[in-house]
Amino acid sequence: MRKILVTLLFLLFGTSAFADCNIKSGSINILANDFPALRTFVETSKQCKGSADFKVTHSSEHNKIAVPALTANPSEFSARIAANSSIVPLMNQDLIRPLDDLVKKYGKGIQDSQLITIDGKVMAVAFMANTQHLYYREDVLKDMGIAVPKTYEEVVAASEKIRASGKMKYPYAAAYKAGWNLAEEFVNMFIGHGGEFFKAGSAQPNINNAKGVATLNMLKKLSELSNPDYLTHDSEAIKVEWESGNVALMTLWASRSGTLLDDEGDAKITAATKLTGPATVGGGNIPAATLWWDGFTLAKNRPDADAEATFRALAHAASNKKMVADASDQAVWLVEGFVPGPKSIGVIEAVKMGAKPYPMLPQMGLMHGALGSEIVEFLQGKESAEQALKDVEAAYISKAKEQGFL
Amino acid sequence: MGIIFPHLIKILMPNKTFFWFFLPTGLAMILFIGLPIISTGIQSFYAQHDQVVKEVKKCDPFGCTVSIVVDNEETTKIRNAKPLGKFNAFGTYTDRNHLAVDEIKKFWNETESFGAFVDQVTNLPFYKALIFTLTYCLFVTPNVLLLGFIIALSLNAVARKIRGPLIFGTILPMIVTPLVGSLVLFWMIDSQGIIGANIQNLMNDPYLSLKSSKTLTWITIIIYGIWHHSPFAFVVFYAALQTVPQEPIEAAIIDGASRLQRIKHIVLPHIYPVVTFVALISLMDNFRVFEPIIGFSAEGSAQSLSWLIYDNLVNEEVILFGSAAATSMMTIIGIAILLAPVLIRTWKEFKTAR
Repeated sequence: MRKILVTLLFLLFGTSAFADCNIKSGSINILANDFPALRTFVETSKQCKGSADFKVTHSSEHNKIAVPALTANPSEFSARIAANSSIVPLMNQDLIRPLDDLVKKYGKGIQDSQLITIDGKVMAVAFMANTQHLYYREDVLKDMGIAVPKTYEEVVAASEKIRASGKMKYPYAAAYKAGWNLAEEFVNMFIGHGGEFFKAGSAQPNINNAKGVATLNMLKKLSELSNPDYLTHDSEAIKVEWESGNVALMTLWASRSGTLLDDEGDAKITAATKLTGPATVGGGNIPAATLWWDGFTLAKNRPDADAEATFRALAHAASNKKMVADASDQAVWLVEGFVPGPKSIGVIEAVKMGAKPYPMLPQMGLMHGALGSEIVEFLQGKESAEQALKDVEAAYISKAKEQGFL
Repeated sequence: MGIIFPHLIKILMPNKTFFWFFLPTGLAMILFIGLPIISTGIQSFYAQHDQVVKEVKKCDPFGCTVSIVVDNEETTKIRNAKPLGKFNAFGTYTDRNHLAVDEIKKFWNETESFGAFVDQVTNLPFYKALIFTLTYCLFVTPNVLLLGFIIALSLNAVARKIRGPLIFGTILPMIVTPLVGSLVLFWMIDSQGIIGANIQNLMNDPYLSLKSSKTLTWITIIIYGIWHHSPFAFVVFYAALQTVPQEPIEAAIIDGASRLQRIKHIVLPHIYPVVTFVALISLMDNFRVFEPIIGFSAEGSAQSLSWLIYDNLVNEEVILFGSAAATSMMTIIGIAILLAPVLIRTWKEFKTAR
């Protein structure tokens, strides 16, 4: 449905935006995650494809495809829409090309702040920012006389109050699905406690400490206020919980706000759905959240003609004032001319509060993976926080050794 | 199945015919099964080269930091010199995420009681997965055999007219794609699904969830496994039942044997080789249990050996080829050990039959 709407929107308003990028040759094939803002972005770039061949794959499984697809020579995709974390495996394997020459030649309109530079070389061009922040039901909080929570301690207190009143059985929700999602919640909460994942200047893990234990305890408290099936709930599942009116407080991606606040679903719940910045935790002053950017990278194993065509099409979208004006509620665009709307509050608050970006380290993926499977038993009450953190470190160390980081 | 069919076929054919008959299959098996296994085996003895990292300045829309990246120039040089990686011998096999030899020694020396030792060992990922995989095999395989046999017997007894539709209905679970089948059940046992909500009502516990409890998740997956695999056993048993000769059964009826006695002394011995065959195939299939874990989003509570391989290959942003290869090799060895008794027996029978 949404796809049709977006397409219709472009049919209606898009005609004037058919910028002629004058692309004469080359083939464009894009791999991207699947959410509305990225679809808009790719559609916009398609407008200026000229006579180039244009293909796109939107998939929530993009992480699993990316490395093998870009390792092939020539690679399957000419561009990959990546984020802080997913650019790392591409960098580790040397699969993406520096963009300096192309930015110089065709990058008019791209702001300097959009450029992701590593060691002085432009490796990606960012176009949107994302984070996880709090959503709340204004009606429920008002009824109960609860102020909008600013810390996770307040979130716990508010949820307990709502549950005690009998209004909702499971008032809190977050994507705690075992694996990547759960690990991401740990990363947020650990950073909120001021934790550093690795000992300074090395790949030695540094999570088995008081901050790690505090992080786990907070996650456990929150999980007890969530639907008992929380270990199977990803972002989509908790979105459904929210739209069914089962939840009053939720931590969710900013990029999903558009689908929560659209016309589909119960109008009363939609009207009462409000956004606020991410919460802090444990008396810390930076939010328990990570900042993310989404940007495009170009495959190394593709001919220059393809890279050029792809860059020009994507740069057209990454500097498109019309796109950010038309789709201002779909994302927090980093593109010039973006005027933040009510749906961008979460990210803007997070930046103001000094949220840290997700650590862009070569070995972070291994840590993330170890967290996703080893802290489950603690949440199920089967082992102590210390044991869980010990397991995470041990699992990480084995993997990091095999991978040559230790 | 490739292992068993040649034997069955060989019984019927002289050696020369068998050779030419088997050649194309054999070549395909070497090419598509043998060589990949050998390559996986070689891979499992290698680890990645030591990463050459360097400190660089990284800038993104949120600011600049100094941190490390992989030095691609240096890495490419090392990789080109030794593309397979660093020789690690059995290093990957014995590390903490696999057989965990050092950890187990440590636990043995440190723990007071045998119970505590077992607790520690089953907390290691490989053993955790092994225990689930074996539990699944041990519960699913016999039940599949039993249920499949009972269904086959009952269907064999109903009137011919309605047999067709009944057979179709019975093999439906096998036709349904495993992932779809498990998803359907997954939604039904959701705390707001038809089964989940009713169980909550029945137990009068609003916090009861089939998905959050480890034991209940295991039971669900095992029940799903039995549901999914029984039709296979049924189809084979049903076909075998058609070959049971009528004369001895009639004779037994005249001698006054009960139905149970007839099954025990005539039917079962007759279809015994088929039972072995189904048991073998089921064991192999069940040892590789994977889809229900994904379908039920049960990664948190249940991990199988196949799931570990999948996790190493796709769940990490950094792909662990060595780990995945080592687990694959151990899965193959595991299947071989499980099947050994049955295979040896079949081989002996085959020899005496000649």
